[in-house]
Amino acid sequence: MSEYAVEMQNVVKIFPTPEGGEVTAVDHVTLRIQHGEFFSLLGPSGCGKTTSLRMMAGFEWPTEGEIYIDSKAMGRIPPYLRTVNTVFQSYALFQHMSVFQNVAFGLEMENVNKAEISRHVANALEMVKLTGMDRRKPRQLSGGQQQRVALARALVKRPAVLLLDEPLGALDLKLRKEMQLELKALQEHVGITFIYVTHDQEEALTMSDRIAVMSQGKTLQIGTPLEIYERPNCRFVADFIGETNFLKGTVKKVDKEKVTVLLTSLSKEIEGLGQGSFIFGQDVTVSIRPEKIRLADDTGAGALKGLENFLHAKVVRTAYVGSDTRVFLDLGKDIKMRAWEQNHVSTLDPDAYYAVGDVVRVYMPIENTLVLPEG
Amino acid sequence: MADVQTSKVKFSFSTQLRENPVAQGLALISPTFLYLLIFMILPMLLVAILSFMMRGSYGNIVYRFSIGNYTRLADTLYLRILAYSLGVGLATTIFTILIGYPLAYYIARAPTRQRSILLFLILVPFWTNFIIRIYAWIMILRTEGFLNTLLLNLGLINVPLDILYTPTAVLIGMAYEFLPFMVLPLYTSLEKIENAQLEAAADLGARPWRAFLRVTLPLSVPGMIAGSILVFIPAMGMFVVPDLMGGAKTILVGNLIRNQFLVSRDWPFGAAASMLLMILTLAFTLYYTRKAGFGGEELLI
Repeated sequence: MSEYAVEMQNVVKIFPTPEGGEVTAVDHVTLRIQHGEFFSLLGPSGCGKTTSLRMMAGFEWPTEGEIYIDSKAMGRIPPYLRTVNTVFQSYALFQHMSVFQNVAFGLEMENVNKAEISRHVANALEMVKLTGMDRRKPRQLSGGQQQRVALARALVKRPAVLLLDEPLGALDLKLRKEMQLELKALQEHVGITFIYVTHDQEEALTMSDRIAVMSQGKTLQIGTPLEIYERPNCRFVADFIGETNFLKGTVKKVDKEKVTVLLTSLSKEIEGLGQGSFIFGQDVTVSIRPEKIRLADDTGAGALKGLENFLHAKVVRTAYVGSDTRVFLDLGKDIKMRAWEQNHVSTLDPDAYYAVGDVVRVYMPIENTLVLPEG
Repeated sequence: MADVQTSKVKFSFSTQLRENPVAQGLALISPTFLYLLIFMILPMLLVAILSFMMRGSYGNIVYRFSIGNYTRLADTLYLRILAYSLGVGLATTIFTILIGYPLAYYIARAPTRQRSILLFLILVPFWTNFIIRIYAWIMILRTEGFLNTLLLNLGLINVPLDILYTPTAVLIGMAYEFLPFMVLPLYTSLEKIENAQLEAAADLGARPWRAFLRVTLPLSVPGMIAGSILVFIPAMGMFVVPDLMGGAKTILVGNLIRNQFLVSRDWPFGAAASMLLMILTLAFTLYYTRKAGFGGEELLI
């Protein structure tokens, strides 16, 4: 077995624009995707994720660089000779064929005999829970069912890699959540490498073994959902995945991983974990997620022991959302922060919560306070 | 009192028009309906009645019921003309599909901005009178015409080709005249095929020609049927092309009908021939559309 299921090496894709210009859709992307991995390409629209997927499928060819599938250079090999199959965003089911004919299509192209085709199609339909629907036409099915047909049609070919282009994008939220779990279970069951394109960060975090976050044709960070969420390596990733607070400052001291940052406008020093290497005086951004912040009274009575990293703030607004209370803070000098306080104490006493105007200490645990390169 | 009632009626009529879809539908189709009633249905009824009358000795109409015109049509001479017309109609349809399909396919696959220009070019011939265009074809095809001169000068032939005044010339003229009626509906159905459908076919292992046979071709069938109807029916009744380009040698049912009315002055017989042509095309069209499932809800969408 080859080392990687799919490998993109320094791939560039440039499209001509109708005005005679050029647009770089994919800009020197290098990816190595393991066998059996659920790998997501995550990013906003126009970030190059779909173009990357289409190049793996063979619908587009790289302008520069090379794509390897099972260690074989793909070059200009057309889609019909590649061992990958695609689930299209629009499903692209053949409207003039029944469900059975749609799923059988790929096997017929391989000249599989009729009895084998019937068996494989029945298995594939069973796998996506569409047994008994084989005579229906695509337009007689619901969106979710069409989605399953598209999945069965691709999986029946037993591809080395399954490419999925925002396959759940057209479904409503509830169905999408169900399908996320089902897709993940299916992937574990069949053991096929899934490469999944999405702009939905929650979807990517829920399903993926690893995620590549893309922006403007480049991969910014590649890692497990945990790494991407807990240790974003740049401002874009921290901002795109989940919610976060940003504070601007300059580097005062570097002690291995621990970086001391002077928050210029607040004239306060704060410590955090450096993501990358830093030098004295460099402009940086400090990032901390709202749920990692701990709040305490400014009296010092409720001060958290062992935590020296804190700022003062005034409570501007609170929003009780059940599982937690969202506290909106004003640190002065037009700097705002948000903190999610988990409701771990069972109480109906309104005084147990912070009130508007309270002055509080905003504790920022060092291991959750990240120092990011950009100013 | 009377005034009040009139206004009430008026009020209810305009309310009906606003709220009742049936009334709206009637209001919208009534101009067309009246036009067709006066200029098509009534004349057709006249022709139908006329076909059961008899010809007087001086070309006048004798109003006496007879089915003699129809029994006369059963003559092998007329049956042969009819069969030949059917053949020419079919040949024209097939010929326009063969040359129209690649053209429609090319236009449908062209960049969006080029498409409207190409479609516009398809319609350019309609700017010139049909008869003039037929004479242009005669100039091209005749013995000392452009085509023969060109081929002789190129040394490809030694003797001029006899094309004009043959069935081949008729077919060329017919196909030329009816090509846009095939290309436009074909284009419409080809243009509707999403590129993703062809990508899906390729993705599932279909080489281009198999993808064409299994995806593009079946999805363009509605356009092909619509085009065939638009070509076949008028081709059956066409008499100008066979007259001018087929010489006296080619007589189609259209020429037969025209001659009965204008030359032989046997209106009842011409009417009977018209009725037969109409019934035949209607039957043929119905059979064709039913067989292909056209008109079923699936293809209408």
